[in-house]
Amino acid sequence: MTPVNTSQPLVLGIESSCDETGVGIVRGTTLLANTVSSSMDEHVRFGGVIPEIASRAHLDAFVPTMKQALAEAGVELDDIDAIAVTSGPGLAGALMVGVCAAKALAVATGKPLYAINHLVAHVGVGLLGQDGELQDDLGALLVSGGHTEILRIRSIVDDVELLGSTIDDAAGEAYDKTARILGLGYPGGPAIDKVAKNGNAKAIRFPRGLTQPKYMGTAEEPGPHRYDWSFSGLKTAVARCVEQFEAQGEEVPVADIAAAFQEAVADVITSKAVLACRENGIKHVLLGGGVAANSRLRELTEQRCRAAGITLEVPPLSLCTDNGAMVAALGAQLIMAGIEPSGVTFAPDSSMPVTSVSLAGSAA
Amino acid sequence: MLILAIDTSAVASAALLSDDAMESVVESFATEDTRSHAEVLAPGIQKLLGDAGVTGADIDAVVTGVGPGPFTGLRSGIATARTLAFVWGKPLHGLMSLDAIALEVAESTSAAPEFLVVTDARRKEVYWARYTLTDGQLPRLADGPHVGFATELPDLPAFGAGAGLYSSVLRADEDFSTRQPDAVSLGQLALARLSAGESLLDSTPLYLRESDAQVPGPRKRAL
Ligand SMILES: [Zn+2]
Repeated sequence: MTPVNTSQPLVLGIESSCDETGVGIVRGTTLLANTVSSSMDEHVRFGGVIPEIASRAHLDAFVPTMKQALAEAGVELDDIDAIAVTSGPGLAGALMVGVCAAKALAVATGKPLYAINHLVAHVGVGLLGQDGELQDDLGALLVSGGHTEILRIRSIVDDVELLGSTIDDAAGEAYDKTARILGLGYPGGPAIDKVAKNGNAKAIRFPRGLTQPKYMGTAEEPGPHRYDWSFSGLKTAVARCVEQFEAQGEEVPVADIAAAFQEAVADVITSKAVLACRENGIKHVLLGGGVAANSRLRELTEQRCRAAGITLEVPPLSLCTDNGAMVAALGAQLIMAGIEPSGVTFAPDSSMPVTSVSLAGSAA
Repeated sequence: MLILAIDTSAVASAALLSDDAMESVVESFATEDTRSHAEVLAPGIQKLLGDAGVTGADIDAVVTGVGPGPFTGLRSGIATARTLAFVWGKPLHGLMSLDAIALEVAESTSAAPEFLVVTDARRKEVYWARYTLTDGQLPRLADGPHVGFATELPDLPAFGAGAGLYSSVLRADEDFSTRQPDAVSLGQLALARLSAGESLLDSTPLYLRESDAQVPGPRKRAL
């Protein structure tokens, strides 16, 4: 195997953990290509991502997506120093396609392969276009259809901690389910965001999950879910609310419900995230995941971070949603830090913890 | 001609085949396991190439079984084959996976002029196809592949692990009662057909079943 360029490695990253097939190419911290093929349209009629449909789409999209990324970056496979692939967390069958393709790519080219944590890759994308390192005292708030997490990052290559996460639905899932109840279509995020602009968020008050004292505790004696979220109760509350209006023969105030729902989500996400940051000495926050496109969430995050003296960074939306460039970006960081590749014997792990930034190679 | 054949419709298997080698087989590997394809396939192929002292440049074509088989496992092999063929710049061909067992039947003492190949489709169903055989010829697919209940199959001698599983309702051949599609036989068949100038399938998977997803009905209104 030829020695890898460790100062400005050229890395091809592959992402297939949910419904986006992504191939990205970076050189060090410079983005060269970010090609994404989404199967979102095929999930619309189901009102949510169907894993088997996503997996079938990944299989057909992978080679064309990679071809396009190589063309966009103007590089040949031969030029690549290493390959990186999302090995988890995510949908098991979907991960499998990207992992098999990445392994085949490694076998066919003889290039080293890194098996990478999807959540940490959402943070790694923040390094693109920057010449330095990530800030100290860094946190990341990840909100998407698949996840809702607050992370503390001491070192992006080997020290990431999960401070809090959703214990049931992801925020994006709550948007999808609520949009369906309100008849607003899929994906729910943009649909609710749009309608909510004409509604009165104060007209109805929906519950903020896991905010009672027994879950929160105090800073000194934290409760069991101080920084965690729950959105399943919120979805039920929306359904009850709609039923009540219908039962009384009244017109359902869709815009008000959408606005109140969105306010409840943004409020509980941002208040808990900022609390986690304050209590853990986090001074800089990176926002990631597709829900970063949500206008109210962004506005409230900016406002509350500013009030708490926390600086906020929001990457361009194309890098916030799932993509291969973030996987390549994290792969490049691992190489520059001298981390060993993962080899080709690893198994994808649909519940890969953030403490595992990349999978260690087997001794074989 | 040197080809790399891959089949993951049941177990994970790969083989290097050449018309210059004994029985055409240069190197091969197969697992017993039907659930760890993503782990074992790439290392298996890597070792296969290494042991044979072969690189992608030496290979003339990649052949993949296209099922039917359990979806996730099946995709592992097809994703691998598509990527290898793309990187090496070599032609990619597909073969129906049940054909692998049909070739073995044709070459066995149990060969019959008309027979079924049956594999396990899980959920109490089987994948199956009907073949015809003329002396000295390759077996020909006459009907299928299908997915369904073992009780609904034609009354013919049945070969393969699916027949073994439902031997109470099928005329299962004992020697084949645990037989799964394998890359060696698949590759041998591909070599024979390619050298006879026949064209093979493309690499489109034969799922035979839709995803289980249900389109949600309209929400029930209160009252
Ligand atoms: Zn994501």
